[in-house]
Amino acid sequence: MLGLERKDTLLLIVVAAITLFAPIILNPFPAGSALAQFNAGYPDLMQRFVIFGIFAIGFNILFGLTGYLSFGHAAFLGIGSYSAVWMFKLLSMNVIPAIILSIVMAGLFALVIGFVSLRRSGIYFSILTLAFAQMSYNLAYSVLTPVTNGETGLQLTLSDPRILDGASTGGLPVTSLFGAEMRDTTTLFVGPWSWDFSVGYYFSAALMLVAFYLSVRIFRSPFGMMLRAVKSNQQRMNYTGLNTRPYTLAAFVISGMYAGLAGGLLAAMDPLAGADRMQWTASGEVVLMTILGGAGTLIGPVLGAGFIKYFENIFSKINDGILHQWFAFMPDGLENVMVAVIHPFIGKGWHLTLGIMFMLVVIFLPGGLVEGAQRTGRLFRRRDRNADHVESDAARQRAAAE
Amino acid sequence: MRRQNFSRRGLLKTGAVGSAGLALPTIFTSSASAFTNAPTGSSVTLGFNVPQTGAYADEGADELRAFQLAVEHLNGEGDGGMLNTFSSKALDGTGILGKKVEFVTGDTQTKSDAARAAAQSMIQKDGAVMISGGSSSGVAVAVQGLCQEAGVIFMAGLTHSNDTTGKDRKANGFRHFFNAYMSAAALAPVLQNLYGTERKAYHLTADYTWGWTQEESIAAATEAMGWQTAEKVRTPLGAGDFSSYIAPVLNSGADVLVLNHYGGDMVNSLTQAVQFGLRERQANGQDFQIVVPLYSELMARGAGSAIAGIPGSQNWDWKLEDEGTKAFVKSFGEKYGFPPSQAAHTCYVQALLYADAVTRANDFNPCAVVEALEGFEFDGMGNGPTLYRAEDHQCFKDVVVVKGAENPQDEFHLVEIVEVTPTAQVTYAHDHPMFAGGALGECNPGA
Amino acid sequence: MDAILIQILNGLDKGSAYALIALGLTLIFGTLGVVNFAHGALFMIGAFCAVTLQKILTISVTTIDPERTDFLGNPLKVKTPYVENWFGPEIGAAIVDWAVPLAILLAIPVMVLVGFVMERGLIKHFYKRPHADQILVTFGLAIVLQEIIKYFYGANPIPTPAPQAFTGSLDIGVWLGFDPYSIIYPYWRLVYFFFAGIIIAGVFAFLQFTTFGMVVRAGMADRETVGLLGIDIDRRFTLMFGLAAAVAGLAGVMYTPILSPNYHMGMDFLVLSFVVVVVGGMGSLPGAVLAGFLLGILQSFASMNEVKSLLPGIDQIIIYLVAIVILLTRPRGLMGRRGVMEE
Repeated sequence: MLGLERKDTLLLIVVAAITLFAPIILNPFPAGSALAQFNAGYPDLMQRFVIFGIFAIGFNILFGLTGYLSFGHAAFLGIGSYSAVWMFKLLSMNVIPAIILSIVMAGLFALVIGFVSLRRSGIYFSILTLAFAQMSYNLAYSVLTPVTNGETGLQLTLSDPRILDGASTGGLPVTSLFGAEMRDTTTLFVGPWSWDFSVGYYFSAALMLVAFYLSVRIFRSPFGMMLRAVKSNQQRMNYTGLNTRPYTLAAFVISGMYAGLAGGLLAAMDPLAGADRMQWTASGEVVLMTILGGAGTLIGPVLGAGFIKYFENIFSKINDGILHQWFAFMPDGLENVMVAVIHPFIGKGWHLTLGIMFMLVVIFLPGGLVEGAQRTGRLFRRRDRNADHVESDAARQRAAAE
Repeated sequence: MRRQNFSRRGLLKTGAVGSAGLALPTIFTSSASAFTNAPTGSSVTLGFNVPQTGAYADEGADELRAFQLAVEHLNGEGDGGMLNTFSSKALDGTGILGKKVEFVTGDTQTKSDAARAAAQSMIQKDGAVMISGGSSSGVAVAVQGLCQEAGVIFMAGLTHSNDTTGKDRKANGFRHFFNAYMSAAALAPVLQNLYGTERKAYHLTADYTWGWTQEESIAAATEAMGWQTAEKVRTPLGAGDFSSYIAPVLNSGADVLVLNHYGGDMVNSLTQAVQFGLRERQANGQDFQIVVPLYSELMARGAGSAIAGIPGSQNWDWKLEDEGTKAFVKSFGEKYGFPPSQAAHTCYVQALLYADAVTRANDFNPCAVVEALEGFEFDGMGNGPTLYRAEDHQCFKDVVVVKGAENPQDEFHLVEIVEVTPTAQVTYAHDHPMFAGGALGECNPGA
Repeated sequence: MDAILIQILNGLDKGSAYALIALGLTLIFGTLGVVNFAHGALFMIGAFCAVTLQKILTISVTTIDPERTDFLGNPLKVKTPYVENWFGPEIGAAIVDWAVPLAILLAIPVMVLVGFVMERGLIKHFYKRPHADQILVTFGLAIVLQEIIKYFYGANPIPTPAPQAFTGSLDIGVWLGFDPYSIIYPYWRLVYFFFAGIIIAGVFAFLQFTTFGMVVRAGMADRETVGLLGIDIDRRFTLMFGLAAAVAGLAGVMYTPILSPNYHMGMDFLVLSFVVVVVGGMGSLPGAVLAGFLLGILQSFASMNEVKSLLPGIDQIIIYLVAIVILLTRPRGLMGRRGVMEE
C-alpha cells in the first residue's frame, strides 16, 4: 500500500491509529483523580508531541542515515517559526502560506549552512553547525531585534497589515485553516474522563503522518541506501569514484525542511517565535530525542520526542502539595518521609530526573527506547525471536555501521 | 523548599471537574460557558508560573513561597498577612467568592517558549482562571500575550521593562511591579544629591529589550539633570567575563559607570568593576562612582561586599516601616524563617489584588475583573497609596531608592533605604514616548 | 595603543581559562578517546570546592545578642566562625579570607577522586561505544551533577572573594610609559594568568619529561602497541582522567573571585571549550592551549567600542565566526591530526 512493504504499512497504520486516538490514550486517568497529574492529553502538549516528533524524524533522516551529527538543527526550527509569524503578520492568518514559507526558508538556510558545513566531517562538522546556530541565536536575541523582536519573541500585534485578511479590530486574530481555527477544541466527557479534541492537534498530526510516511519512503529508497553507505564507509564510496556530497547535502536540506515545518507548525499553534528556540540547548534536545528513542529507527525519534516533552511539561508541574495529596493515606510521619524522598526529583528538580533517565537509557539500552521495547517484546513472545521486524532491522543496520 | 509546613487540608483537591463529569456521557464544547475556565465546583484554580530551573530559580522559589502564603491567607489560614492592612475589605478569608483557592505551578525556565507551554498547560489542563508570576520581561510579555488570547487574567510578577505596560500592554494583563522609567525617575534626584550635576556617565547595557529600555530611561533622566553620557556599550547576555567592557571605562573620561544589568550579569559586572579598582579612582577631579539602576536583593548576595555604597532602586524592601509591610514580613518570616524579596512581595500582592477584584466584581469573568482593577485605588500593601491606572494597567506607587550597606549585620541587610520617592515624581503620561506604540485592545473572556 | 594593550591582557586572561578547560578536555580525549560533555561540570565542581571550603571555614557558633534584634524583632543571633574562636579573631579572619587559595588543597584530592570514580564507574564502560553514546551519557551526567549542586547550594551565584591582599589593581601603564590609569589590571587576574601558565607548563613537563608521561604519550599515539608491550595502559589512563579533572577543577577554584560560581557555570563554558578544542585540533594539547589564547584575545578585541561600531554585534559571534573560518581553511583545526574524529 502507498508503495510500502507490508511491515512498513503496518507500522504506518499503527502510528496513524495512535495519533488518531492520542487524545484518549494520553488521558488514561479520570479528571480530578490523584493520577490526573500524569495525563498528557491536553491540546498544547499533544501538539508539541507531534511537532517535535516531526523535528526529530527530520533530524533522524540526517543523523540516523548518514551519521552526520548536526548540533545546530534548532536554527532551522527558529527560522521556520520566524517565517511563519511574519507571514501571519504580513499576509494572512491562514496557516498554509505560513507553513509553506517556513519550509522554503528553512530549506534555503539549510542549503547554505549545509553546503559550507558538509565540507568537513565528524566532530568538525558538528562544531560548524553549532557555530552557525549559535550565531543565529545570538544575533536574533540582540542585533536582529527589528526582525525577531529579541528576547520577547516575534508576536502578532493589532497594527499588522495582514494584506489578505484586512486590518483586525478588537482582539488579535487567530491562526486558522480556511476558517477552522487552530485553537478550536471540543471536549468530550465520558463518565469521569474528559478528552480534548483540538483542530490544531489533528492538523499537526496529519502533517506528522505525512512526514513520517515520507521518511519511511526515504529510508527504503535507493537514496536512503546511498546515505547508509555514506555512514558505513564514506571513504570507500569516494574511492569508487562517487561524489557523496550531493547526497549528504540533500539529506541535510531535507532534514532542515522538516525542522522548518516543525517551526512553522509551532508558530501556527501559538503565534510567537522566541530566540530561545535556536539556542544550542534546543539543538541538543533534538539530538537527545533521536538517540534516546533510537537513532536510525523509524519510530524511535517520535518516541524520544514524546518522552522528553512529557518530562518537561508533566514532571515540572508536580509540586510538594501534590505529593502530600498522593501520600495523604499514609501516617503523617511516613508521608513526610516519602515527600522528602521524592521532592528532589519533581517540580524544580525535573532536570535531575531527566538527566538520570538519559544516563539509564544510554547505559542499559544503547539502541534507545525502541530497543527497550524490542527486549520487552522478546520476553513475551520468544517464539518470534527470529521474526524479521522493521525496527530490529534498522537497529541492526545502525549497529553494523558503528 | 525542604522544610515547609504544608497544611494537608489546604491541599486536598475537591473533585470539581470529576463531579461535573460523573453525569451520563454528554458532549460539551469548550464554548459552553461564558468565559475560559469558569470555575464550576467549590474551588477555583490559580496558575503560578515561575522560573524553577535556570539562573532565576531562587527568585522563582521565593515567588512560589509568596503565592503559597497568599493562598493560605485567602483561604483563611495563617495570620491573614496583608489582608488585615489592605484598604479594600472585600476579602474575608473564605477563598474567592466562597470558592476555596487552589493552585498549580509551572516552570517558565526563563524562556518565552517554555513559559508559554507551562501557562498553556495550566489553562488547558488544570483550568486555571488566572496566571501570575515570572522573573523576566521577555517571559512576562510572552505569557501576557498568551493570556490575552486564551481569555484569562495575567497578573505579572517581576518584570521591569517599559514594554510590559508600554508597547506590549494587553487588556488582560496587569503589572504591579515598577518599571525602568520609574527606576530612572526615582534614582535621578538621589544621584544628583549624591554625586552632583557635573558628571559623565558610561553605560554598560545588557543587549536585549529590557536592557535597552533601562538604558534609555536612565540616560534620559540623568541627562535631564545635567549629566553627560560618555558612551553606551551593549554587552552580550550572560557574558560572564566583562573585563573587556570594563577596562576601557577608565580611559573614556567618564566618572560614573551605570550598569544596566540584572541577575547574574549584574553580579559579575559589578564584582569585576570593583575588582578593576574603578571606585578607588578619581576622574575629572571627582571620585569614580558606580550605579546599578535595578537592584535585586537576592542576586545582590552574589556580589557580596562589592555592592557597598552602590545606589539603585527597588520596587519594595522588607525594611519599610508601614503597616502592610510589617504584616507581610511577619507572616512570611514566621513561615519561612527569612524576610521576603521584592519578587515575593509583588507576587503576593498581585494574588491578593486579583482575589479582591473578583470579589468586588462578584464575577470570575476576566472582563469583570479588568473593570474592577482599572482605576482601582488602594493602600496598605507596602507601597503607600497605589493606583492601578486604567489606560495601561500599570500600578503607580512609591519607589524605594536603596544603597548597598557598608557593614551589613547579616545577609538580609545588604541594602539600606536611602529614600522613598513619592508616586507623583515617578508618574508619567500613559502616552509617554517610551511607552508608545501599544494598545490594550479589548478584554478577552475567551471561550 | 594602550587600549589595544589592555585588551590583549584581557584576552590572555580569558584565554587562560579557556586553555585550562580545553587542556583537560583534550587530555581525556587524546588518551581515552572519550568525548566528555561533563568536563564543564568538573570545572563547576572545582569552583564549588572553593565555595564548600568557605562554608566549612565559616561554620559558626551561634550566640544571642540581646542588645540587637533581627527582622522579626527577636534577639539577634550572632554567628562567630569556629576558626575565629580557635585561632583568635585575627588569624581566624585571615584563614577565612584566604579560603579561595586554600581551596586548591581541597580541590586536588577531591577532583582526582571525582575523576577516578567517573572513569572507573562510568566512562570505562563507554570506550567501545560510539561517540554519540559517550556524548549523551556524559551530558546526562553533567545535568545530574549540576542539579545536585543546585539542590545543595541554590541557583544564585555565591560570592567568593579573593584574599584582601589581592584586591585592587596594578597600574601597568605607568611601567610602560603611558599615563597613569591608562592600563590598570586587577591583581587577582594577574595571579590567575600566572597560575594558568604554571599549570599548563606543569602538564606539558609531566608528559614530556617523566616516564609515565612518555608511556601516556605513546599510548595516545598507538594504544594497542603499547598494550602489547605489556604495559598496563588502562591504569595510566585512569590516572590521566584524574589529572584532567584536577586541571579543570583548579581552573574552577581560581576563577571563583572573577566569576561568582553558580550551578550552571559549567554548561556556560562547555560549548565554548568544545569550540576551543576543535579549533585547536582534536587531540592536540598545544593546539588546545593556542586556540584558547587566540579565541580569548580575539574575543577581547571584538568587544572594543571601535570594532563594535563598525560591526554591531560582532562580540556576540566572534568565537563562532573564527571557528568557522579556521575550520574551513584548516580542515583539522590549527594543529589537529588526520583521521581523528572525522568519521
